[in-house]
Amino acid sequence: MSRADFDLTTAAQIGLLRCHACGQLSRAAKGAHEARCPRCGAALHLRKPASVQRSWALLVAAMILYVPANVLPMMKTSSLFGSQSDTIMSGVVYFWTSGSWYLALIIFFASIMVPLLKMMALALLLVSVQRRSRWQPEQRARLYRLVEFVGRWSMLDIYVVAVIVALVQLKALATIQPGPGAAAFGAVVVLTMFAAMAFDPRLIWDTRDFSHG
Amino acid sequence: MGAPLVACHECDLLQREVPLPAGGVARCVRCGAELYRDRPHSLDRALALTAGALLLFAIANSFPILGLALQGQVINATLYDTVDRLWDEDMKPVAALVFATTIAMPALELGALAYLLAPVRFGRLPPHFALVFRVLQAVRPWGMVEVLMLGVLVSLVKLAHLAGVVPGVALWSFGALMLVMAALAAVFDPRALWDRAASLAKAGAAR
Repeated sequence: MSRADFDLTTAAQIGLLRCHACGQLSRAAKGAHEARCPRCGAALHLRKPASVQRSWALLVAAMILYVPANVLPMMKTSSLFGSQSDTIMSGVVYFWTSGSWYLALIIFFASIMVPLLKMMALALLLVSVQRRSRWQPEQRARLYRLVEFVGRWSMLDIYVVAVIVALVQLKALATIQPGPGAAAFGAVVVLTMFAAMAFDPRLIWDTRDFSHG
Repeated sequence: MGAPLVACHECDLLQREVPLPAGGVARCVRCGAELYRDRPHSLDRALALTAGALLLFAIANSFPILGLALQGQVINATLYDTVDRLWDEDMKPVAALVFATTIAMPALELGALAYLLAPVRFGRLPPHFALVFRVLQAVRPWGMVEVLMLGVLVSLVKLAHLAGVVPGVALWSFGALMLVMAALAAVFDPRALWDRAASLAKAGAAR
């Protein structure tokens, strides 16, 4: 960055706290343990507390559960002709071979690629912040925005399982039961959302702001 | 003193507020995050859309989403039926997740919006304004009506191979609810709400 870099001041540098709930700026009280926003009463922190540690913990838990989420069946179908287990990937293959390739793509992206890319992106952000990297802060900020925006779409498969299980209950013809993969998958989505919320994007810029002062 | 200061919520940079043209957006000069946006008639529009969303939400939850026609029988399922069924299948955490993200959180979001907007719009400050506002902000990321909508459409195609699928009243209401809630997110301006609440509080104290 150019000349402008020198007259950039952050709120933290002059002891101002921004409320995460209502956006109000207030002055940090000296030595106060629990600061509260004067306007809305939310707890105030200079940065999200233990952001990197909490985000890592949630992310590692999500990474571990990503394995059973993909290996264990999401749905178990049993009919007169035998029983069948469906994982996320076999659902994608089913749509692909039956000609609904657009649905195959939607499910592949929402359920397999989005969680995977989201976990990789968060890991990249966390490592770069821990190494106090100055590399491409604008791009990393953009990556974080993207992660926060797309994460929710992974819930898609959970809703598909919920609707199908509720409707197909014809004892004579077929029954469909939810499989253990659904619980693991739901946990991955929730854990990655919490991990993204625990991460404080201001840390990306702090190495720049606090290195020469 | 000059214009009031704002801090960017993504990079913490302090900046002076600038007046915006109608519908304009103020972005952080450093990281490009949206600082604030001019939303004309925010309170009126947000309140109108909240009322509409509440109505659609009530319809969407009282009627079946999908029905399955087989051998002259139609099996219907409302959204709550799907939660109930998952609970019975011993998938309690998944049932809780579906309930929270599609029923409880959107209900809380809309309820909180109505609670805050309606009295403020007509010049009264509701009790526990700040608390309800914080609940609203905490709940907003967890309402996933638009994802549910896509999920229902995917299941519709999946089930169409098995039997005749009958789209229910709630399917259309959820579609409309999704659009109304997206519009609501676009017009709701927390800054305008706080400004109005602050002037109401001042007027109340002076009286």
